[in-house]
Amino acid sequence: MDSWIKPHRIVLLLLAVALVAFIATTMHWEWLPEYAGALVAGVWVTILILVSTVIVGFLLAVPLGLFQVTGPKPLALLSKCFCTLIRGTPLLLQLWLIYYGVGSLFPQVPWIRDSFLWPYLREAWPYGVMALALSFAGYEGEVMRGAFAGVPGGELEAARAYGMKPFTLLRRIWLPRAVARALPTLNGEVVLQLKATPLVATITVIDLYAVTSKVRQATYIIYEPLLLLALIYLCLTGILVATFRYFENKSPTRDG
Amino acid sequence: MSALELLAFSPPGWGAVLLRGLAMSMSVAIGGYLVGLLIGIGGAFGKLYGGPMLRDLLACYTTVVRAIPELVLIVLLFYVGSDIVNQVMQFLGRPPMDINGLVAGIMVIGVVQGAYSTEVIRGAIKAIAPGMIEAARAYGMKPSLMLRRITLPAMLPHAIPGLSNLWLIATKDTALLAVIGFTELTLATRQAGGATKHYFLFFSAAGVLYLTITLLSNVLIRIIERRAYRGMPEVG
Repeated sequence: MDSWIKPHRIVLLLLAVALVAFIATTMHWEWLPEYAGALVAGVWVTILILVSTVIVGFLLAVPLGLFQVTGPKPLALLSKCFCTLIRGTPLLLQLWLIYYGVGSLFPQVPWIRDSFLWPYLREAWPYGVMALALSFAGYEGEVMRGAFAGVPGGELEAARAYGMKPFTLLRRIWLPRAVARALPTLNGEVVLQLKATPLVATITVIDLYAVTSKVRQATYIIYEPLLLLALIYLCLTGILVATFRYFENKSPTRDG
Repeated sequence: MSALELLAFSPPGWGAVLLRGLAMSMSVAIGGYLVGLLIGIGGAFGKLYGGPMLRDLLACYTTVVRAIPELVLIVLLFYVGSDIVNQVMQFLGRPPMDINGLVAGIMVIGVVQGAYSTEVIRGAIKAIAPGMIEAARAYGMKPSLMLRRITLPAMLPHAIPGLSNLWLIATKDTALLAVIGFTELTLATRQAGGATKHYFLFFSAAGVLYLTITLLSNVLIRIIERRAYRGMPEVG
């Protein structure tokens, strides 16, 4: 393989450095120290939302995929409808349906207002987490369906021949093999989920995107916060992709 | 008011508002998708046959656009786009003009879609048997004629799964324009919900409309696939 550094790349790099220097020196960055703490908090909220929704969504996706492959017919149909519904409508609409729609129905139900959940249900973030987790579950349910169906039948038969109970078979053979097959797709979907998180800013959750919007409203500076925002997301995506690549190269299971 | 009265077409009902929003969403989706396709075809050819400089720049474009959330890109491109237009107007000595929301939406969605279509079309062109292109060259076809007669038709079957997926994404990405205040279906729905306080009803109705578009698109995609794959061996 020839070297990465070529004459035209040096020119491009110099141009990029000049552009960065131009942006750093001529644009307005004096707001940065004042809002640095808020920005870090925003990044933290974004990561928290990403991790929690990916975990909850994946836990929902496993039964959604499994039901569609083995299921009792009604459950299979229900799972399929759920996945179609989630994949067929925009996430922003789902988010607003849950926040404005479901959120406005809750206060009318007396026992919900008396329950211990009420202090949480009055805030915005549970609705954001719920919408993003359901959306992740819908997309991943479809991925897991394919992964479960793609595990070679012989492996499952072997497990049954050993006398494994259905749950042991799922835990020891079917699920690990399906997850290993779906892993590259799932990694890509986690990146897509990161790119979906700023939508929660539209329902007043103060994530990274909401912090920069606040900066824009408070200082009347338009471009600088947006550029910084893009840069931070670029870095977050890069870190995610690099981490996944590291683990993918380490994992020994590889089937085509 | 009952649900049917709320969804009626004439003014106390909001049906007409929702359908107008749907029409807006679809215009932006179709326009943005087509702009994206044009960028994609150009980008794919640049990536495959362009000079080293162009290839690197295109790699930056597709990587950056695909790594930043669509919402951030849409807001950023909207401000940058309208700013550039007004700078040009000022330079020409004309008064600043209001940016047409429809045109802005189409351009913004187009630039985002373009990055994804570039990758899809590049992959599809690379999947064409090299002999076909060599044969076209051997016949002395000019590049433009070869593009029209050989490359585009031959790559289409390979590109259809990716491109149909992109179309479904385009229809859903139009909802993000609600955030910059463009009255497409999702924002129209929120306005209807805000005015009547029947959020649940209106968002469900809008969901049905989006779902209808998706399901209709799926039927159409299946018809196109069957036509494009005729005479090819069954796969899978």
